[in-house]
Order: sequence, then structure tokens, then C-alpha cells
Amino acid sequence: MNTTVFPLNDVKTLIVVGNGMVGHHCVEQLIAGGALERYRIHVFGEETQRAYDRVHLSEYFTGRDAESLAMSEMSVYEQPGLTLHLGVPVLEIDRDRHEIITAEGCFGYDKLILATGSYPFVPPIEGARGNSRLVYRTLEDLDSIRYAASKARRGVVVGGGLLGLEAANALKSLGLEAHVVEFAPRLMPVQLDDLGGAALKARIEALGVGVHLSRATQSISDGKQYRYRMNLANDEFLETDLIVFSAGIRPQDALARQCELALGPRGGIAIDEHCRTSDADIYAIGECAAWNGSVFGLVAPGYQMARGVAAQLCEQDTDAFFGADMSTKLKLLGVDVGSIGDAHGALAGAVSYRFIDEATASYRRLVVSADGKQVLGAVLVGDNSYYDTLLQYAQNGIPLPADPSSLILPRGEGAPTLGADALPATATICSCHNVSKGAVCSAIDNGCTDLAAIKSCTKAATGCGGCTALLKQVFEHELAARGVAVDKSLCEHFAHTRQELYSMVRVEGIETFDELLTRHGKGAHGCDICKPAVGSILASCWNRPITEPSLVPLQDTNDTFMANMQKNGTYSVVPRIPGGEITPDGLIAIGAVAKKYDLYTKITGGQRIDLFGAQLHELPDIWSELIEAGFETGHAYGKSTRTVKSCVGSTWCRYGVQDSVAMALRIEDRYKGLRSPHKLKFAVSGCTRECAEAQSKDVGVIATENGWNLYLCGNGGMRPRHAELFATDLDDETLVRYIDRFLMLYIRTADKLQRTSVWRESLEGGLDYLKAVIIDDSLGLATELESQMQLVVDRYECEWANALKDPEKLKRFRTFVNDGRADPDVQFVKERAQRRPAKPEELALIPLFKEVV
Amino acid sequence: MNASQTIIAGNNAPAAAQLHWQPLCGRADLVANSGVVAWLDGAQVALFYLPETAQGEQLFAIDNRDPKSGANVIGRGLIGQIAGELVIASPLYKQHFRLHDGSCIEYPEQRLDVWPVRLKGDLVEIAV
Repeated sequence: MNTTVFPLNDVKTLIVVGNGMVGHHCVEQLIAGGALERYRIHVFGEETQRAYDRVHLSEYFTGRDAESLAMSEMSVYEQPGLTLHLGVPVLEIDRDRHEIITAEGCFGYDKLILATGSYPFVPPIEGARGNSRLVYRTLEDLDSIRYAASKARRGVVVGGGLLGLEAANALKSLGLEAHVVEFAPRLMPVQLDDLGGAALKARIEALGVGVHLSRATQSISDGKQYRYRMNLANDEFLETDLIVFSAGIRPQDALARQCELALGPRGGIAIDEHCRTSDADIYAIGECAAWNGSVFGLVAPGYQMARGVAAQLCEQDTDAFFGADMSTKLKLLGVDVGSIGDAHGALAGAVSYRFIDEATASYRRLVVSADGKQVLGAVLVGDNSYYDTLLQYAQNGIPLPADPSSLILPRGEGAPTLGADALPATATICSCHNVSKGAVCSAIDNGCTDLAAIKSCTKAATGCGGCTALLKQVFEHELAARGVAVDKSLCEHFAHTRQELYSMVRVEGIETFDELLTRHGKGAHGCDICKPAVGSILASCWNRPITEPSLVPLQDTNDTFMANMQKNGTYSVVPRIPGGEITPDGLIAIGAVAKKYDLYTKITGGQRIDLFGAQLHELPDIWSELIEAGFETGHAYGKSTRTVKSCVGSTWCRYGVQDSVAMALRIEDRYKGLRSPHKLKFAVSGCTRECAEAQSKDVGVIATENGWNLYLCGNGGMRPRHAELFATDLDDETLVRYIDRFLMLYIRTADKLQRTSVWRESLEGGLDYLKAVIIDDSLGLATELESQMQLVVDRYECEWANALKDPEKLKRFRTFVNDGRADPDVQFVKERAQRRPAKPEELALIPLFKEVV
Repeated sequence: MNASQTIIAGNNAPAAAQLHWQPLCGRADLVANSGVVAWLDGAQVALFYLPETAQGEQLFAIDNRDPKSGANVIGRGLIGQIAGELVIASPLYKQHFRLHDGSCIEYPEQRLDVWPVRLKGDLVEIAV
């Protein structure tokens, strides 16, 4: 190692005033740059807590403590040459003597960095004091709010900006009824335009937070219903138990004023592009500094200044500070909000595109240059998935597509998202730590092979975290481009993909998890990732009853107990109703069971009946009665065949051209009990009017004059996809053969928990490849796939009927193995003539009866 | 009775001699490599029984209440091993609790009570 040793008297003293996020970042950068070889460093913090993450302050109320919010381990400040003075405010600076004055005494400096941050501005309002004058800035402030909230029902935040909404979220998470009072006519007036503010207001109000715009608080007096009364203009008022002021921040420049450094016109310590103040030995960084008259109230510009100053003091090259990008994306009260560049379209000639969705209160605005070639800015409310792409367009001057509106319109297939390969090497991936795509690439070239290594090596995605998804994309794309295999291990116990495990099970005839683990895995127990995945593979291949002792420990709770666990730990029960066809006696039987066990009853989207609220020990009784009435399990709990929906078809309908119900029954009877990587839904429509909605299913069948058209790989749900027309005018036998082959091919090659739609999109060669394999048998697999399916079909047995025959298997269906009682914590209330789980706030209202024997 | 089958789980469990053991349920009530729940004077105890581990036969007793959902469901979770430690995955939100001390991997503020528990002949005994 090549260490330069400086003579002792050459070591100078550097003092950093302020230990917030920016001050801390500066210290980290100084250490990394080798500053401890040149300086002994003293850091003074006014708070008693070392630097913590103010961006995620509200998490202090949802479980995180001060230590977990800390920016670093304490050990960072325990290195020789570095001293941290916490709880020691700096009182004065004596520039002539090069000294700072504190209660602990005077400390001389050679260089001084001011990182004193900002303080919340509280407008002078008569009567504001104590719990009616809280602020939201430090952990201590949050402790005060928590204390005030412990005796409160309602809380008001004055100020509807970014921090104000964070504070409202904090009040809400403390269980208060929260209100926001904003002076401006919209929320987040700096970042959003009118329509964006309106969309955000609608969303926040839907969450139960009161929003009061264009309201000025004039005074605060005693309330009647609540502790305080906020008197607004026009004789309006709002009563509340506490008030948090979040009406903006002011730079903390008191020390600079005292020692007569030059200030910005609206406050803040005036700095040049190298963060130098009017005194050459004093720097100012972060929210206390004003460059060109502006204060930057975000963490990214503060970090940029901190990096610049640290580099100068370590005599390294650095970029000058010429303002900062104030683009930001956040989740406020769970609502996505994004603002990029010229969000208001204020630049000359700017042209805007707007997308408004009043149904979901989503809003997007794209501001482009007069020549239509560049993105100048954007506003997003409701969906930040557009942010990364738009920001890259704006920051890198990437030429716009022919129709710029496509960048903000809801995405159909093939929407122009900007792929990782389209970004230039100079593109900024992480603006908090100024990491470019080029830096990520060189980290990969220097040996970083996983995302965690990239993060710790480049610091990308460790600031606000907003770039995590983009970083992952770039990382995976670059790895692939270098021919490096991305680690696709199932989990720490199997260094194989699901497809590989499937062929091992199949080829080696493995029938238990332990055997597969011994032959191909690590450890002795597996985990909740590999066990259900292997359980599903074993079922797809061999279709043994999942209640067998060797298979039971592999299943998720729903498969273990053959019912769907709901939020209060009770189960719902779904008997199979093939094709949605049911006799009146069948309906009566289900009704009788539901009535007897007081089950909440609802018709499902798959033409069945779901019975909710059964406790574990009730399941065997419920199922004995259902099976007695001729029902089978519906597998609603499994990653398996669910339903085959159908219309009445040619039997009754004047338009029907084929008997869709009969075909639905045939399909459901064939594939019931088939387990697969994800759930499977089917539908059969009797004519092109498509009443069964077959084109939204994994397997959709639509009748034609000449037979059946087969559609594959559709789904509803979170990301709907239309099924694609796969083959036309098939006869019954060919249709079933194709479905056999398709399902087995999917089961053989899909990833764990991958729906057919996503599987289909990941298939190289796409639909044509699928047709070649299934219709033309290009891989020579067709017979094998069909016979594998036939085995599963032949081994079908209703799992519930199987379990009911075996007292050993039923032993598990006891709420308590040593006591016959039901779970006393499961409580219901009546709503619309049925019972539903009691909400936490209702629990206190339910009288508790002691059982009298 | 087979002394080699006596297992004591629970971190920092006091010496066995000081514990007051009481019968909880039968060995036959347990399900291998999975969980069942027993009633203990108002408390709900999830019992996880692993007949074969590197340390031999093991039995764990852990609170049945999932702190995240407030529902009594831990006993119906899936046993697994993460970084060498035996854990139970809550069936509702899938967070993991270490079987030996009830601590949560994902959320340090969530922690489940554990009880010393042992197999004695055909009985499961718990110390309270």
C-alpha cells in the first residue's frame, strides 16, 4: 500500500456544522476521498441523534426507530481523526480568529463547511402554541406529534405541499382523522398544475383525508367539540385537537447572518458554483445555501453540493454546481406523484399533452418544446410507472417519438417504453448519487455480478430509491449483453430454474421433495419458495393426493387445508360447479350448508358460489355435506384449473351455433385437478357474441358454424391481456388434443407463478413457435404431452373425498388439537343480512359472552 | 420414557430443572414437518415438529398470533430454512419468524413469544 505520511503540523482542521443528510453525505465523501490524511475533522450536530433519513421520516410512525433511520453505523464517526459532537449547537463564528464558539468551548478551523439545513416556517398566527403549533422536521418533532396524538381524535396540517402531505400521512398512521388546509388553490402548488392538483385531491379525499384549499388560518382559539378552533377567513372554522404547520421551509442561515457572510436576496447563505461563501475558507451546502438566489429543498442537489465540496477539499476534480434538477417522484399517502422539469409549461412556446382519467383520478401531462422534439417537463398523478422513461427523455434530450402523446397514454401492447439499451452512457440513472449508466457498466466490468454489489459499489438506488427499477433493468440488460447468465436460481436451496427441476422430476421419476432435495439441492429443509414450487411440479407430473404425509408439508396453507384463507384466518369454500350449470337441488344443498354454518355467500366471476367464514374445524363437516349432495372440490385454493365459464349456447340461445355448455363440461371434467405454475381459467362461448368472455382466459373456446375457434394465453386481473386466436374451426377431438398439448407444454416450461400470458410473451418465436410445436409437432413432443396429460386425468380424485376417508388426514383440521373450542378471536358482525369479519374498531363493541355449560 | 427424545427449544431458556413443565397435547397430535395449534389457558401455541434435523428430532412452540394481520394463523404457515436458520412463513403476508426465538427476519419490530417445549414419551410438555 502506498501511504503518504504528512508531518503532524501539516494536518489542518476542518469543521462541519450540521449533521443532517447532506452534512453526513459530505463527511462520507470526505472520508472516501482521503480527507483524513489532510484534516482532522470535527462535526457538530445540534440534534442528539446522528444523521438520519429525513426523506423516510414518516416511517418512524410505522415501525422504524431512530437507529434504523440512521444514515450510517456509528462506527463511521469513530475513526481516528474524526470527532462527532452531538447535541452541541454552534453559537457563533468568529471569522477573524477562525474559530467557532459552542457551549463546549471554542474550536479553531482552517476550513469550515456549513450544512445547517433549514427550519419549518410557521406563519405568525394568534393563538398558535403548544399542540396547535407543532412542526414536522426532526425526530424530536415527531415525538411531540406522537405525544399530542395520543390524546387526540382529529389533526390538521397547515400546508398542502410535499412535506404537508407527508405529515398528513403521519397523522393518519397515528389513527387520527387528518385534514389538510392549504392557502393556495391546489395541492403541491410548486410541483403540480391545476389538473394534477385536482386529481391528487380526489385521490387523497378518497382515502378519508379532508382537503381544504384556498383557506387562510387567521387565528386559533378554544374549540367546542375538539380542543382548538382554527378560525379561517369568511367566518369559516375547523376544529381539531392538534395542528402541524408545514407551510414551507426557510434556510437556517442564522450563523451566517451573525458573522456577516453574504446572503441570498430571499435568505440563504450566498454561494458560488463551487459552494464557496463570501469567505474563501467557508463553504455552505444543502438547504442552508442559496445559489443564484435559489434554495434547493431536495436531497439530490444537497448531495451534489456535498460531493463538490468534498472533492475540492481532497484536491480532486469536480463539476461545478449550476443549479439542480428539481424533478421528483414520490408516494404521498400511497398516491404516486411525479414532477419533471418545466411541469407548468412555463418555457416559451412549450406545448402540452394531457391525459385525464376521472374514473381513477389519474392525470398525466407531458410538456414538449415548441419544435416538438424534446421533453421539457411532465406531471404525473396516480401512476409513476411513466416517470423513469419521461425523466430520461427530459434529462438526456432523447428525440421524441412521432406521437409524443404515446408516452403518457395508457399502455397497450408495444407501447414505446425506453429500453435500457436506448439510454446513452451519460444518462443519469440515480440522481441522488449522480450515477450514470456508464458508471453502472464499469462497475459490472469491474466484477459486480449482482444488484446488491452494484448498489454498494456505485451507491445507485441508495438515496431516495426511486431509480431501483431502472437500475435493475440496466443491470440485467448489461449482464445479458456481456453474455453473463443472470442468476435464476429458484432459491438458496436449488440452483436451478423451475423448468430444470421439472425435467429432473420427470426424467428421474422423482416423487418426493426430499428425494429431489437430496439429489439436486442444498440443505435439509427447503423454504416457502421451493417447497410449494416443487409440490406443484410433483402434482403436475404425478397427480398424487396432496394430502399424502410426504406432500402436506410442501403446500401453502390454502392447499394444505384445501380452502382459501381470508384476512381473519377463516377459510372460504368453493364447490365445483362445472360450466356454471347447477340444478335447483344443488343450489338448495349449497344454501342449506351456508345457512347451517352461517357462511357469507357470494357468486364468483367464474360462475360458482363462494362460502366464506368457515373455521378450520368446520371444514370436514362442511365438505361431508357438500360431497353427500354430489359436489366435488373446486380447487379454488390451488394453482390449478379453476373454472370453465360458459354461456347457455345453442341449447337455449337463438344465436348459439354450438353446445357450449356440453363442451365446457367436457373441458372442466378433463382438466379439473390439474396443477400448474399458476391458476388456469377457461371459457366456452356458443357464438361470436362471446358472452362467456373466452378471450380473457388462458384457454378460450368460441363456437363457429363449423366447430370451435381456440384462443390462448389471455387473462384478466392486474394486467389484462387478450387471448390470441390460435386455431380455427376445430372439431371436438382436435380441440381437446391441442389444449392437452398446450397445457402440458406450459407446465413444462413456465417459470414459477408465471401466468400463460406472461409465459407466452417470454416465448422466443412467439405465437408462430407455439403453433409449430402444438399444431405441426415440430419438436416431436405431441404424443408425449398428450400421454402425460392422460396420466393426470386418469389419476384424478376429489381431494376432499380422499381426505374424508382417512382419519389420519383429518387430524389436521382442528383449530386446537387439545381443545374443542373455536378460535375466540374470530369475530363477525352482520352487514346486509350476512356476517363479515369485524373490523378492529368494531371489536370493542361486540359483547363477550361466557359459555354457560 | 426416552431421555434422548427430550428437546428444549426457546432461546435463553432457563435451566431445565427450574422449569415448570405441564402436559399440552399428545405426540400423535403433531404433524411431521408442519404445524398444529394447542390451547394454553387463553394463549394459542403453534407447535412445529421436525422429526429429522441436523440436531435430531426438534419441536418448537411459538405464538400463533400473526402480529401483522392480528389473525391466529402462524400454526398454519410453512416451515423453511433461510440462511441456515429454521423459520416459519406466515400464511397471510409471508413474513418469516425464526423458530428458535420468534424474531422476524423482515420486520425486527415484530416478534413472537416462544415457549420451552419437549416430548416426553407420548406427551408434548410445555413450560410456563
